[in-house]
Amino acid sequence: MKRINFIKLLSKSAIVIATGNLFGTVLHAATKSVSVTISHVKRYALGIQIEKCIGCGNCVLACKTENDVPKEPFYFRTWVERYLIKKNDDVVVQSIEGGAGKLSTEMEEKDILRSFFVPKLCNHCEKPPCAQVCPVGATFKTEEGIVLVDEKRCIGCSYCIQACPYGARYMHPEKHIADKCTLCFHRIKSGGIPACVEICPTQARVFGDLESKASPLIRLKRMKKIHVLKPELNTEPKVFYTDLDGEVK
Amino acid sequence: MNIAAHEGLLKILGQVSGYIYPNEIEVHWSILIVVYPYLTGLVAGAFILASLVKVFNVTALKPTYRLALLTALAFLLIAPLPLLLHLGHPLRSWQIFFTPNLSSAMAMFGFVYAWYLMVVLLLEIWFDYRADMVNWGQTAKFPLNWLYKILSLFSKDVSPRAKVFDKRMVKYITILGIPSAFILHGYVGFIFGSIKANPWWSSVLIPIVFLFSAIVSGIALVMLLYMIITPSRGKPIDMKCLDKIASFLLYAAIVDFSLEILDFTHRLYESEESIKIITDMVVNKLFISLVVLQVLIGMVIPLGILILTKAAKFNQELRKLLYFVTAILIQIGIFSTRWNVVLGGQMFSKSLRGLTSYNMEMMGREGFLMALVLLIAPFFILAILIKLLPPWGKNPDGE
Ligand code: SF4
Ligand code: SF4
Repeated sequence: MKRINFIKLLSKSAIVIATGNLFGTVLHAATKSVSVTISHVKRYALGIQIEKCIGCGNCVLACKTENDVPKEPFYFRTWVERYLIKKNDDVVVQSIEGGAGKLSTEMEEKDILRSFFVPKLCNHCEKPPCAQVCPVGATFKTEEGIVLVDEKRCIGCSYCIQACPYGARYMHPEKHIADKCTLCFHRIKSGGIPACVEICPTQARVFGDLESKASPLIRLKRMKKIHVLKPELNTEPKVFYTDLDGEVK
Repeated sequence: MNIAAHEGLLKILGQVSGYIYPNEIEVHWSILIVVYPYLTGLVAGAFILASLVKVFNVTALKPTYRLALLTALAFLLIAPLPLLLHLGHPLRSWQIFFTPNLSSAMAMFGFVYAWYLMVVLLLEIWFDYRADMVNWGQTAKFPLNWLYKILSLFSKDVSPRAKVFDKRMVKYITILGIPSAFILHGYVGFIFGSIKANPWWSSVLIPIVFLFSAIVSGIALVMLLYMIITPSRGKPIDMKCLDKIASFLLYAAIVDFSLEILDFTHRLYESEESIKIITDMVVNKLFISLVVLQVLIGMVIPLGILILTKAAKFNQELRKLLYFVTAILIQIGIFSTRWNVVLGGQMFSKSLRGLTSYNMEMMGREGFLMALVLLIAPFFILAILIKLLPPWGKNPDGE
C-alpha cells in the first residue's frame, strides 16, 4: 500500500514537473508505466442470470433515462426478449417496446412448453467486429475492455451496425452517430455500477471485473454453467449468460 | 426525432414479420448504397473493355476505346457521392483519408479510389490524348486553346518518338489498370463479403461475383453509349466492333451467371442455419427484384438473345435492335443485383427469426430522386468530357 502511495505521489509530482520542462515529461512517462504495472488493469463484463429475469423491463427504462437513449421504440441500448416455446417446438419471440411494453400472448397456456426472458445488450466483444470495420476508428475498445463510440469522430456510416451480429447498435436519430451500450462508462469510472444492474429487482444482472477474484461476476462464472451468444462467430462476447437456452440467438 | 421519420418507422414496425431485434427496424444502407456499387461496377467494366484494345490487341474494339475510358472516368467521378451523401456526418469524411482505421475495408476506399483515379484512369487518358491536346492547343480558339495547353501540362513534343513513348506508357498503365480495376470492384464486394455477422453477404464468392457482374454491366453500358452516340453524330455503326462487344458481353455474362448459380447452389446445398429465413426473404421480399428482374429479365433473356444472335444469321438492323435491348435489360439486371445484395442483407433479422421492409423515400437526402440524380449525373459529365476530348479526334488511333 505504502509503495502504491509513494508511486502515486511520485506520478503527481511528475505531472507538475511535466508541465514545466521536457525532462519532466520523460520522468512522467517513466512513472506512468510503473504505476500501470502495479495497479492491475480492470476488465469489466456483465453476467446475466436468465432464470432470475422476470421480464419487468425496468432495466430498459432505466437505461433510456440514464443514457438519454431516444424514447421511440426503435432505439435500445438494452432490451429484453421473451421466448415462448410451444409443445410442437415452435418458438415465438417478442420484445414489445424493447421488453418494457405490455406483454401480449395469443397463445393458449396449455400449448406452451416453457418460457423465459433474455435481456440483451452490447456484448463488449473481446474481438469486436464493429471496431474492426469502423473506417475511422471511432469505435474502439478501452483498456478495460469496454467497446465505445467516440461521438466526435463517428462519421455516421453505419458500417458497425451492419457488422454487429447482435443488433446492439442503432443510428442516433438526432446526433447521426452510431450509439450503443457503454456499460455506463461514466458511472463505473466514478466507482458506480451500470444503471440496469442497479435497478434490476432480482439481481439478474451481475456486473464485475474479470481480473478481480473477489468480483461477483467471477463467483458467478465459477458456480454456474456459462454460455455466450453466437460463439461460432468468434467475437468472444463478454456478456455471460447462465441457463441460456439453445433457441436464443 | 422528426415526425415523418417516426411515422415511417412505425409503419415499418407494422410490416415486420416474425421477430427482429428492436434496433433492426431501420434499414441503414438505403438506395444510395445500391447506387454506389452499381456506379463503381460500371467504371471497372468500362475500363476492362478499354484494356482489351490496348493489352490484348482486340483491334475490332478500337472505335470504343476512348469512349470506354471517358465513360469510366465520368462514372468514377460520381461514384463517391452516394457514399458521402449517406453519411450522418459528411463533413467528417476526410478522416477516412487522413486517419483511416487500417483494419476496416471501408477505410481502404480512399486509397483504392485515389489510386484508380490518379494513377490509372487520369494518367492513361492523359497519355492517350497528349498529342491531340498539344495539337488542339494550337488550333482551337481562345480560351479553349489555353485549356488544352494546361491540360497537356504545356508539353509540346509531338514527334514520332514522343508518340511512341505515349503509346508505350498507355500500354503499361493498362496492364497495371486491369488488376486495379479488379481490385476496385472486388474490394467493393469485400465490403459486404467480409461481414461475418450477415449470412446473406458473408461469402468469399461475393467479390468475384461483383467483379464479373461489373464487367458485364460496364461492357453493356459502353455498347449502349456507342449505339446511341454514333448515329447521333451521323456516322455509321461499325458492325464488326458491335458484334465483337456482344461476344465479350456474352462471355462475361456466362461467367457471371455461372458464378451466381454456383453461389446459389452452394448456399442451398450447405443449407446452414440461415437458409430458412433467407428463403423466406427471397420468396416474400425479393421475388420481383431477384427472380424476375435480376435472373429472368436481367440475365436469362439477355443471355438467350446473345446466344441467338451468335447462332442465327440475323441481318444488321435486327442485330442492332437485339443488342440494344440486351444492353438495357442487362443494366436493369445488374442494378437489381446490387439492390438485392445491399437491401436483401438488411431485410432479415440477424436473429434469423424475422423480416423487416425497406420503404424507399421519394425526396430527401437518401431518397429515390437523389439516387436518380446520381445515376444521371455521370452522363452529363460524359457529355462534357466528350465535347472536350472527342474520342474520335484526329488521332490516327481514333476511327
Ligand atoms: S456486441 Fe456488437 S456492438 Fe457490442 S462489441 Fe460486439 S459487435 Fe460491437
Ligand atoms: S457509424 Fe461511426 S462508429 Fe460506426 S463504423 Fe461508421 S464511423 Fe465507425
